[in-house]
Amino acid sequence: MSTTTIGEAFERRSSYRGRLSLLLIWAVLLTVPLWLPAIGGYTSLAGRILIFALAAMGLNFLLGFTGVMSFGHAAYFGLGAYGCGLTLKYLANSTPLAIVVGTAVGTLGGALFGALIVRRKGVYFAMLTIAFGQICYYVAYTWNSLTGGYDGLRGFQRQPIDIGPLVIDIQNNGTVFYFFILAVFAVCVGLMALLLRSPFGRTLIAIRENQRRARFLGIPVEKHIWLSFTISTFFTSVAGALYALINNFADPTTMFYIISGDLVIMAVMGGMRSFWGPLIGAAIFVALQDYISSATVNWMSFVGLIFVVVVLFFPRGVLGYLRRIPL
Amino acid sequence: MLTLILFNVFNGIIIGLFYVLMALGLAMILNLSGVINFAHGNFLALGGYFAFVLIPYTGFWVALIVSPLIVGVIGLILERTIIRPLYSRDPVYSLLLTFGLAFIIQDVCRTIWGPAGLPLTPPASINQPISSQFFFLTGYRLFIIGIVIVAVAALFLFLRNSRMGMRIRAGTLDLETVSALGINVGLLRSLNFSVGIFLAGLAGVLAGGQIGLNPNMGDDLLLPAFIAIIVGGVGSLVGTLIGGIVIGVAAALTTVFYPAASEVVIYVIMILVLLVRPRGLLGEEGMMT
Repeated sequence: MSTTTIGEAFERRSSYRGRLSLLLIWAVLLTVPLWLPAIGGYTSLAGRILIFALAAMGLNFLLGFTGVMSFGHAAYFGLGAYGCGLTLKYLANSTPLAIVVGTAVGTLGGALFGALIVRRKGVYFAMLTIAFGQICYYVAYTWNSLTGGYDGLRGFQRQPIDIGPLVIDIQNNGTVFYFFILAVFAVCVGLMALLLRSPFGRTLIAIRENQRRARFLGIPVEKHIWLSFTISTFFTSVAGALYALINNFADPTTMFYIISGDLVIMAVMGGMRSFWGPLIGAAIFVALQDYISSATVNWMSFVGLIFVVVVLFFPRGVLGYLRRIPL
Repeated sequence: MLTLILFNVFNGIIIGLFYVLMALGLAMILNLSGVINFAHGNFLALGGYFAFVLIPYTGFWVALIVSPLIVGVIGLILERTIIRPLYSRDPVYSLLLTFGLAFIIQDVCRTIWGPAGLPLTPPASINQPISSQFFFLTGYRLFIIGIVIVAVAALFLFLRNSRMGMRIRAGTLDLETVSALGINVGLLRSLNFSVGIFLAGLAGVLAGGQIGLNPNMGDDLLLPAFIAIIVGGVGSLVGTLIGGIVIGVAAALTTVFYPAASEVVIYVIMILVLLVRPRGLLGEEGMMT
């Protein structure tokens, strides 16, 4: 199939619209602290949205751009959070170091589990990702002396970042912390876009479109899926590390498979075949969940209904719907 | 010490049998329709609650059969209306749909019957201790074992000997050929789906009599049921049966020696099996790769 050429023609045709929407997205993200309080939101909600967006975009690297489904990404999100929190609590009072360690822990976990998972296909792959994800949950839940068990990991705080003459006070100033999250988000998203445009990224899309054909062309499919899985867990664990910082807290439920499902629905709801889809999905899902859970005791039914409605009526997601991308 | 170990092995067998009932239904649906049914544990809870409602009117014995049947019919309706359109799409959609259903059913149970536990009392005739030395051998537990053996035997006879059962097995191996032979695949999948849900409902009634009812009573069984399928080998129902009992007993024995690890141990078994024998204990070559 000449998917690449069609894709490239499509890109050229829509490059003007693409640049415009890119401008719009960054304009909105950069001005959040100005208008969000005016419409009844709060800046830390925007921070949460960015964090879940990064996690879901990481997942979508695998789901939307490699065509492989993971229902266990909460584990790497949680590993990032615990790695970050434990570093701040026991090792050093340095926020950047904590993020690096959290990301390393999550990515390492992803690389290790991924190696055991990637030989399977389709729903069995998904089932293994859930099972491996739950391992992390139970370890965090059981290892009381290190992780705080069921009560979660407390007793650490994000530290101001000290670069020479400049001190960035992300500890007490919520707006500064939002921009810090946005900066990390921007770096990660830029890296992701570069990866997807590279020959490696094109190969992943070829695998998504037709795995058998890719194999016949001599592409080592398993190796690429493993690499994609590992890269995907890298982005998700950066998000996890940020999540520990925004809450000054990490708890086992972050690793539960329910969160994995939330990440998948964010990607699908926004449009899993588009780069920015998971950001839109995360914004809608996190904001809706925040509102619903304070508005009604039956919030579970409403969240469940979101899943059902999206699957039955908006399978392409918001961006897919706007741009009519084929499934 | 011996009594303690016996006690835990016996406990493990009981919990393993619940895993088996859950996992067999999940595996049937997974094998024929490629759907991971996240709501399976919630159908189990529905089975328990329907029995709770029925027992005052019909007694325990009728409820034991009728309640799972009702749950099976609900499963059938859901399959026919909202799950069926998803078979031709990316499997991520059916996963997300059953994921959402799980939330909704759990919330409906909580709203109707309350978040607190409810008792489901089995009739006195089967609910008495049998041996004073082996206190754990209650009549109800032996009854659970008996019912599960009957249900599993019936299921295997149905799959082995009946025309429909043979078609289901054939469809698991090669659905396209089965369809080309003029068999109504849609009907086959619906029947298969509701049989799987029926088993979950049955497990719900039995579990309710053992540990009582609460809205998320099935959640703790869902993941072990996944593991049972993986350990036993995808595509082999006998494997699922063995897998369920193995992890049930292993978890219970771990409680004797190192209680903290009892939940992790089944995952350790899964990893060991995947490393040594990637297709699972009785899995067919190619089913999982």
